[in-house]
Amino acid sequence: MLAALAAVPLADEWLGSRWSPAALGLTHLITLGYLGQVMVGSLLQMLPVVIGAPVPGAILVAGIGHAGLTLGGLLLAVGLWQAVPWLIQAALALLAVALGVFLAAAAVSLVRARAANVVLQPMRQAWLALLVTVGLGLYLGGGLAGAWPLIELQALTQLHAAWGLLGWVLILVAGVAYHVVPMLQLTPPYPQGLMRWLTWLLLAALVLHALALLLPAAAATAMEWAAWLLAGASTAWYAVATLQIQRRRRRKLPDVTLQFWRFAMSALLACVGLAPFALAGPEAWRDGLQVLLGIVFLLGFAVSVVAGMLYKIVPFLAWFHLQAQTQARAGTIPNMKDFMPEPLALRHLRLHVVGVLLLLPAPFLPAPLSVPGLLLLAASGWVQWRNLRRARRLFGQYGGRLV
Amino acid sequence: MPQISALLAQDHNACDELFAEAENRVADKAWPDAASRFAEFRAAMARHFSAEEDTLFPAFEARTGMSGGPTQVMRAEHAQMRELMEQMQAAIERQNDSAFLGLSETLLMLMRQHNMKEEQILYPMTDRTLGGDAGLIEQLDETLHAKA
Repeated sequence: MLAALAAVPLADEWLGSRWSPAALGLTHLITLGYLGQVMVGSLLQMLPVVIGAPVPGAILVAGIGHAGLTLGGLLLAVGLWQAVPWLIQAALALLAVALGVFLAAAAVSLVRARAANVVLQPMRQAWLALLVTVGLGLYLGGGLAGAWPLIELQALTQLHAAWGLLGWVLILVAGVAYHVVPMLQLTPPYPQGLMRWLTWLLLAALVLHALALLLPAAAATAMEWAAWLLAGASTAWYAVATLQIQRRRRRKLPDVTLQFWRFAMSALLACVGLAPFALAGPEAWRDGLQVLLGIVFLLGFAVSVVAGMLYKIVPFLAWFHLQAQTQARAGTIPNMKDFMPEPLALRHLRLHVVGVLLLLPAPFLPAPLSVPGLLLLAASGWVQWRNLRRARRLFGQYGGRLV
Repeated sequence: MPQISALLAQDHNACDELFAEAENRVADKAWPDAASRFAEFRAAMARHFSAEEDTLFPAFEARTGMSGGPTQVMRAEHAQMRELMEQMQAAIERQNDSAFLGLSETLLMLMRQHNMKEEQILYPMTDRTLGGDAGLIEQLDETLHAKA
């Protein structure tokens, strides 16, 4: 996260087009370095609790995943940005091992799952989407590094991004939300129909989009539009439903996680509104609109959701493990708010929101005008880093051990 | 006759409701009201724990022979919750809302992930092993809805 944001001010070419090397590099820093890390880590934690099936060798898988994603993500970003084949190859090898081990371990858990509940199907679907994303990513990356000839570069890159963002990220976030949104704010549950169908619709849209590749041009365009329409409608359904149940929450306290989520859902709705223009808007604006769509989805939606969740998960696990390890009485160890004081988390939220908003017009303006937004985002990354460090330090001070 | 899982999951919701009421009152610093709401919540939790620890778990352990497994983990988490609620009581007596809210945030997370484990894993197991025991279900129902 920090690396991504610190790198941004250096690269003004990225705003020009989403196909630019800098944009590709930055995107992978955010998706692998930040989102991927947190999502893989939380899944290792959540699978046993939510679906009742432990992940074999979870600690080892976490170690390999963390190292592989960190180093692999960094090398891939630099490799793509500077077009250095050997860097890309090394990165792909690391990422293939890290994500391959995770996919295999998660598969064992997902197959063994005993609890029949609303989260199981989305998790399985997200698993599939990650598999497709990684497969396509390896193929594309290998091709760019010169290992084999690439066909259909643009179309397959599109597919890689769609399965990664709408498949892995959105399906997983939606599935996890079925549990955590009611859990954290004591909201009513999501509507049954939504939990039953939403992620299937997203998956169907992705499959339609992929099948369009096999069709002749005219039919393919129609099919792609159908896929985007389906994906847009499902996404909007999910965002609106989330905002609605959050409005009906029984817990009325101010809550940073809630605010991160509301911002994220608004960003998701904005994506639905933007997408048609990014796909078929005026030629002169299209590149900028596509970059904008990427900013809103990645920074506005995905990063916000993850950041909001971290502010619940990290202090809770810190408390939970500290208590279990030290057998301390509740009053003698820090509680969740001690681990993560509201004002510190709020500072991060404010920097993040203002930073993203300032960045919105950036793709259409001269590059220097993107600097204030980028600096704020870098600051927000720094504040988040410090907040998390602080929780970890406190955990250590009271005798907690990291396994 | 309601199933074991339906009965206990319903009671989880009722407890959540009381929790939210108490927490909202503390946030408003409406102390006398907060104290009585919190007492209500705590009593409901005590009934729920008692139904599980004194009736359901022993019956489950006797039927399956699993005494060191899931029920053991659930008992340990009950102890953690009791401990937190005791600290929350002290915070109410000191009228210290920020201490209370830090503890209540912790309790909520602990409680919800605990409930999830019970509702997803343990209760369905008890439905399968003890679901036909009408006497047991009646006894649970009585404990949960006993007048304080």
